[in-house]
Amino acid sequence: MFFQEPTPDTSGYMIAGYVVAFVVMAVYVASLYLRNRNLNRDLAMLEEMDKSVIKVEPEQLKKKPVKSVTKPRRKNSLNGK
Amino acid sequence: MQSKPVALKILDIISILVLGIAAYLALVIAPTELVMGDVQRVFYFHVGTAWTALLGFIFSAVLSVIYLVTKDLKWDRIQVAAIEVSLVFFLITIVLGSIWARPAWNTWWTWDPRLTTAAITELIYVAYFMLRQGIDDPDRRARFGAVYALLGGISAPITFFAIRLFRTIHPVVIGGSNMEAEGSFSMTPDMLSVFFFALFAFTIIFIDLFWNRIRLGNLQEQVEQLKLKVVG
Repeated sequence: MFFQEPTPDTSGYMIAGYVVAFVVMAVYVASLYLRNRNLNRDLAMLEEMDKSVIKVEPEQLKKKPVKSVTKPRRKNSLNGK
Repeated sequence: MQSKPVALKILDIISILVLGIAAYLALVIAPTELVMGDVQRVFYFHVGTAWTALLGFIFSAVLSVIYLVTKDLKWDRIQVAAIEVSLVFFLITIVLGSIWARPAWNTWWTWDPRLTTAAITELIYVAYFMLRQGIDDPDRRARFGAVYALLGGISAPITFFAIRLFRTIHPVVIGGSNMEAEGSFSMTPDMLSVFFFALFAFTIIFIDLFWNRIRLGNLQEQVEQLKLKVVG
């Protein structure tokens, strides 16, 4: 009992360990939150785009008929008539 | 925007509570180990995170088999979630072990069989995500990922049994003792209670993060599908 060494003070290492554990977990939770938020924004934007495409397309098709790229042929004057 | 299920919200709250209780028990209630002092208290989080991470890696190997049989991408998303959360937990395990080793072994790191196998396991799963990043086709990515995770899963039991199979200075806490171990200790009933609560707490936290990560994967898939629809 008289020769027993005193317990060393290793509390600094203990604090460092718990700080690291909590920081790593907090960073991971934050990354999950941020990725989730960004994906929800993307989803909302894409849904909006998807709706607008469906709404506009049929109206635009009625109003703007597809123009012919080729010019209408002129009657050949050499053949007469 | 998808709202969180009530069960998951409750699990989030329970996870925060059990983490707080586990920290309180480890830092305040557990008795101080006489030889190592306060640094021994990191052992509760070290083993808690290691336990869940290694189980997570083995679980991901099982998910690989399910994916390869069914070819359903849902299982691939679940596998990615399991590996990601396990990777984070195992990183905590390794860092805590290194911090404990400094006063106990007088070094931050040594190429002991347990430490070496643990480092290899962590790197295998870091490489898993690098592999996935390099493949564009979702089916091909899932197939390669599944085969890789199946082979990588072997590293988890090797890491667990390393201290039982090889001569090592790492203490054996559960099921046996190691004559060469440096820094081993016998747990008092109070220490055992805190230890088992930490295992329980980290299992709950793992399930909670795993569930959240699966939902993130599903959301990612939804965005990808809609992107293809809009662009196509």
